[in-house]
Amino acid sequence: MEGGAEMKVMTIVQAVTDAIDIKLAEDSSVVAFGEDVGVEGGVFRATEGLQKKHGEHRVFDSPLAESAIVGTAVGMAMNGLRPVVEMQFCGFVYPAMNQIISHAARLHNRSRGRYKTPMVIRFPYGGGINALEHHSESMEAMYGHIPGLKVVIPSTPYDTKGLLISAIESDDTVIFMEPKRIYRAIKQEVPEEKYSIPLGKAKILSEGTDVTLVAYGAMIREAQKAVAMAKKDGISVELIDLRTIYPLDKQTVVESVKKTGRMVVVHEGPNTFGVGAELTAIVNENAFLNQEAPVVRVTGFDTIVPLPRGEHHYIISPEKIYYGIQKSVKF
Amino acid sequence: MFKEYSPLDDKLFQVMDNDGKIVNPAWMPEINDERLLKAFKDMLFARQADLMAVSYQRQGRMFTYPPNFGQEAISGGLAQVMREQDWLVPAFRELGAWLAKGATLKEVFLYFMGYEDGTVFEKAKNITPISVPIGSQLIHAAGIGYAINYKKEDSVVYAIVGDGGTSTGDFHEALNFAAVWNAPVVFIVQNNQFAISVPFKKQTRSINIAVKGVAYGMACIKVDGNDLFAMTRALKEAEAHAREGKGPVLIEALTYRRGAHTTSDDPTKYRTKEEEEQWSCTDPIDRLRKYLVSKNLWDTAGEESLLAEYKKEVDRQFEAAENYPPYPLEDVFKYLYVEMTDDLKEQKVEHEKFLKWKEGLK
Ligand SMILES: Cc1ncc(C[n+]2csc(CCOP(=O)(O)OP(=O)(O)O)c2C)c(N)n1
Ligand SMILES: [Mg+2]
Repeated sequence: MEGGAEMKVMTIVQAVTDAIDIKLAEDSSVVAFGEDVGVEGGVFRATEGLQKKHGEHRVFDSPLAESAIVGTAVGMAMNGLRPVVEMQFCGFVYPAMNQIISHAARLHNRSRGRYKTPMVIRFPYGGGINALEHHSESMEAMYGHIPGLKVVIPSTPYDTKGLLISAIESDDTVIFMEPKRIYRAIKQEVPEEKYSIPLGKAKILSEGTDVTLVAYGAMIREAQKAVAMAKKDGISVELIDLRTIYPLDKQTVVESVKKTGRMVVVHEGPNTFGVGAELTAIVNENAFLNQEAPVVRVTGFDTIVPLPRGEHHYIISPEKIYYGIQKSVKF
Repeated sequence: MFKEYSPLDDKLFQVMDNDGKIVNPAWMPEINDERLLKAFKDMLFARQADLMAVSYQRQGRMFTYPPNFGQEAISGGLAQVMREQDWLVPAFRELGAWLAKGATLKEVFLYFMGYEDGTVFEKAKNITPISVPIGSQLIHAAGIGYAINYKKEDSVVYAIVGDGGTSTGDFHEALNFAAVWNAPVVFIVQNNQFAISVPFKKQTRSINIAVKGVAYGMACIKVDGNDLFAMTRALKEAEAHAREGKGPVLIEALTYRRGAHTTSDDPTKYRTKEEEEQWSCTDPIDRLRKYLVSKNLWDTAGEESLLAEYKKEVDRQFEAAENYPPYPLEDVFKYLYVEMTDDLKEQKVEHEKFLKWKEGLK
């Protein structure tokens, strides 16, 4: 961060608005649309005020059809625009999967580079808000598994703004997943001016020597609490915020594990074939002889996120993360 | 009827006007006084429960709730035609229809309190669970309809969606499949003018929703959805059409969502008080009451004590829901597969180990 820059206190959701606002202002090819995005400013108010400021042809409500929202964005992108589309919840992206997998992720390859699909598909993800079915899921591993997509998940207002600006500027399609549980929970001073954070770079949040803890999104806050618990017990944890799920910053993770010899991975999404599984493979391939314990995965169950009365069973607590840390160090 | 009220001419099928006068006696459905009074009382009860649900939610006793306020005649009409063997394929804003099919209010409350158990509708026959992904359930209706024909059953499927839902691909695919297969499905669009904040005119350039059925080669009609008589008659015609093997029907029920989208929505952001007042004159319960009073079938003096009785009943069912046992860990895993996989069993055991360990922390 440069010294002297004007700062403003922001939440994550305000940082989303700010990033889109800045890009709308400086690049006339940027448009933002989706269900309730225009007049209402989105059900989470992530595009609040943007239609008034930038006009109805730049920020607008679409009819209700995720497939068409993504599909038209692909068309717009092929014809020179840079759409930023909102899906209302992670669980409502599925009608658009054909457009995402079959076109957004592949047009560049299919056309041998003639067509690019510079677009952002952004949506809130994750549990912990006492919602109905389809409103709590974390499907980042599924997107990470699709060749041709970049997948980003911020955990702070500062990162949200910088990463979203990079995502909008990316010439590839970016899936931008927003941790809605902490949309308004964290306030942080963020530079008012434009800045960007490169995609594909993890961040070491706290250095440590005993065990590497990898997390992202809404789990960072819980992980930080677990790190504090461990510290009390004399365990030194190195916490890494992945920030981008694909392309994954292997180097930061591998170097850390080479140092600590242990890794615990945390994510809300299901365990099987998840980001934890991928990280385990990466560490096995690159730091096999440095490991002093098997990787521990602290993840969601391989189930549907239960409705609110049962959600506490599923939600990952700091204690559960600390349990994972202990399992690793006591191995 | 479907010829007389062609949606191509944007005709609206109405039997009773806003003052409760019968303006279209030729199409007045046959409902005896007893049934009619029951229909009215059921609508009153549904409204009472609906209003109370919103206030329970405000008190923090329920997580969310989608109000039906102003849309009661659509479910009211369904209650007149739905038989036990018929299928109800709802979306999520169908309180009256759920109750008419045999769901209990307690179950509905349980669902919006956060228990999957609440959408099992244990005692109701042939009802599908609440469907949240907009439009998706309609395709199931076409499939259920195919199976009805295949098994030579005497059943009709009543499938419900909102105006916003008509923009989804699923809506169009469902209509097309049902028509191609001649499936006995009655699609009912609750056109309540809004999909959250997005007004109807931003969903489609069609003159109405019913007209979309024309292109799929099916019978279709636009009905005053706040007119119990019109809804009942249109549904009866649709039922006959479907049962005679003439294929599916599309009914657009014109109504207005007088409440918020859900309890977390604030309609003042996207619509005016004037508009709300305009539509309030078409309120389905007020209209029916006027009709009943004019026929000396109803004495408004008794309404207050009746509502007090309903209030007690709603409270009773709500409290029963509140006293539902806690959600066991087992239920997170138990229903995903017919038989729990070994992997899930292990995950559950591992979680229980963690819980034991956590106990020890204190
Ligand atoms: C596929 C999908 N996308 C988005 C949503 C979020 N959402 C819930 S209700 C709603 C509007 C539905 O409008 P309409 O179909 O008119 O039904 P109404 O709510 O008016 O009864 C939206 C967009 C959803 N549930 N499913
Ligand atoms: Mg609607």
